[in-house]
Amino acid sequence: MSALLSVRDLRVSFPSRQGMFEAVRGVSFDLGRERLGVVGESGSGKSMTGRAILGLVRPPGQVAAQALTLGGQDILNLPERERRRIRGRRIAMVMQDPKFSLNPVMRVGDQIVEAYRLHSGAGRAAARLKALEMLEAVRIRDPERVFQSYPHEVSGGMGQRIMIAMMLAAGPEILIADEPTSALDVSVRAEVLRIMDDLVRDRGMGLIFISHDLNLVAQFCDRVLIMYAGRIVETLAARDLHSARHPYTQGLLNSLPRLDAPVDRLPVLERAEAWRDGPLVDASMTEALPGGLR
Amino acid sequence: MTAPILSVADLRVWFGHPPDRVDAVRGVDLGVSRGESFGLVGESGSGKSTVLRAIAGLSPDWSGRIEVAGESLSGARRSAAFHRRVQMVFQDPYASLHPRHTVDRVLAETLTLQGMDDIDRRIVRLLDDVGLGRGFRFRYPHQLSGGQRQRVAIARALAGEPELLLLDEPTSALDVSVQAEILNLLTDLRADRGLTYLMVSHDLAVIGHLCQRLAVMQAGGIVDRLDVADLRAGRSGSDYTRHLIAASQYQRA
Repeated sequence: MSALLSVRDLRVSFPSRQGMFEAVRGVSFDLGRERLGVVGESGSGKSMTGRAILGLVRPPGQVAAQALTLGGQDILNLPERERRRIRGRRIAMVMQDPKFSLNPVMRVGDQIVEAYRLHSGAGRAAARLKALEMLEAVRIRDPERVFQSYPHEVSGGMGQRIMIAMMLAAGPEILIADEPTSALDVSVRAEVLRIMDDLVRDRGMGLIFISHDLNLVAQFCDRVLIMYAGRIVETLAARDLHSARHPYTQGLLNSLPRLDAPVDRLPVLERAEAWRDGPLVDASMTEALPGGLR
Repeated sequence: MTAPILSVADLRVWFGHPPDRVDAVRGVDLGVSRGESFGLVGESGSGKSTVLRAIAGLSPDWSGRIEVAGESLSGARRSAAFHRRVQMVFQDPYASLHPRHTVDRVLAETLTLQGMDDIDRRIVRLLDDVGLGRGFRFRYPHQLSGGQRQRVAIARALAGEPELLLLDEPTSALDVSVQAEILNLLTDLRADRGLTYLMVSHDLAVIGHLCQRLAVMQAGGIVDRLDVADLRAGRSGSDYTRHLIAASQYQRA
């Protein structure tokens, strides 16, 4: 089985007064039909990695890589026009806060219809049916009503489902979800994750799930990349997360308060300078693909 | 148990006027003892933050009884004594600091309003207390990380040497490692200064870490009260609480 997406030595840099600042410093991984978690703190470069794959890094930011291929085809050096044909159609993205991703003055249904027609070239009536079908697929009980509503009239959880519906309508091969549930309530979060999980599984898509929440990722993904200061410091099967070897991963896990293990003071993560450039725990980051979805 | 520093009886808070009136809080009773740390848990829209805002005088339309250290409150006006005694820390440290005021100015202004003297020395001490150090004194908020900003917000709340802190999701905008630092800071401050906390969070593990007792809110009312031992053991008479505990465990492997 070949990789859907293959990334080698990806670098994203921005000019600053102190010279070039590298936000992503040599990230390599392969994505199969799996759920791949990318975990790190703010500033670790996890979101930038997702944006670079989609070609969403704006100048003066620069993206470089040895290879960035989608189904064997190079997508790094495509002209913007070609890039746009991939974005949304073959690789889609769900962002953190549906409030900022949806157009506030356009009905939800019309937005899905517009996105779907753009990617598929379908007619208005067919697109409308598709939009309703997608709203139903994300378990919205009354799709007709939601279709007619404006973004401010729906809750956060509903908004995120609408975004997922819109992104999946075009049938992309890869979904990049950047903190898709961080703006949601705990109870809604589980529901949105389940919907995303089912859809990804049913359609055999590759999912890149970017999050700062280790435990959520461990629960939800097949494989986890841990990012620190622009590099992947460790790659693990999600079920092995709690036997992580890198001190950064261990530190992150320990700093979480736990209901089942009370402590007076939480261990605080002491960052070591060596982590920035030190040896990586797993040198064979890009070896054979894991067996795809379970 | 000492006397309650805060007692709330039959609190109702609403927004707007009929027919658009929204009842955000529908009859809440609470008692928080001096020195205690009390948690309010619930989903967004459950009214948990609104309870804090009503106490702080940020939600003018309420009925019921709120008493803080024997002082009975009404409307949205709060006495100088109240502001000295009660302070609030908000969720978003990006939104709660004036972008064009330095840390020094934020703290100096607060100290002046609180009628404090010896402001220069107090600013230095406040910064030390929240673990920031003097180097941060003349910085602007955009020069600080989220955790550092939240420390400034906590320093500002401590300026008047309050007894009761209202904490509205103080760590939910922060990374987990920074959350651990802020939670430790709150633990230390409470021990050093004998503070009382009323903390709102959607994160049961955070509440379990910092609080001894908690109440679970849903649709504007309290549906469950339990202490932290019950929470940890998953002992609850309420289906909704068990659902919340299960949902928070979904996040944990």
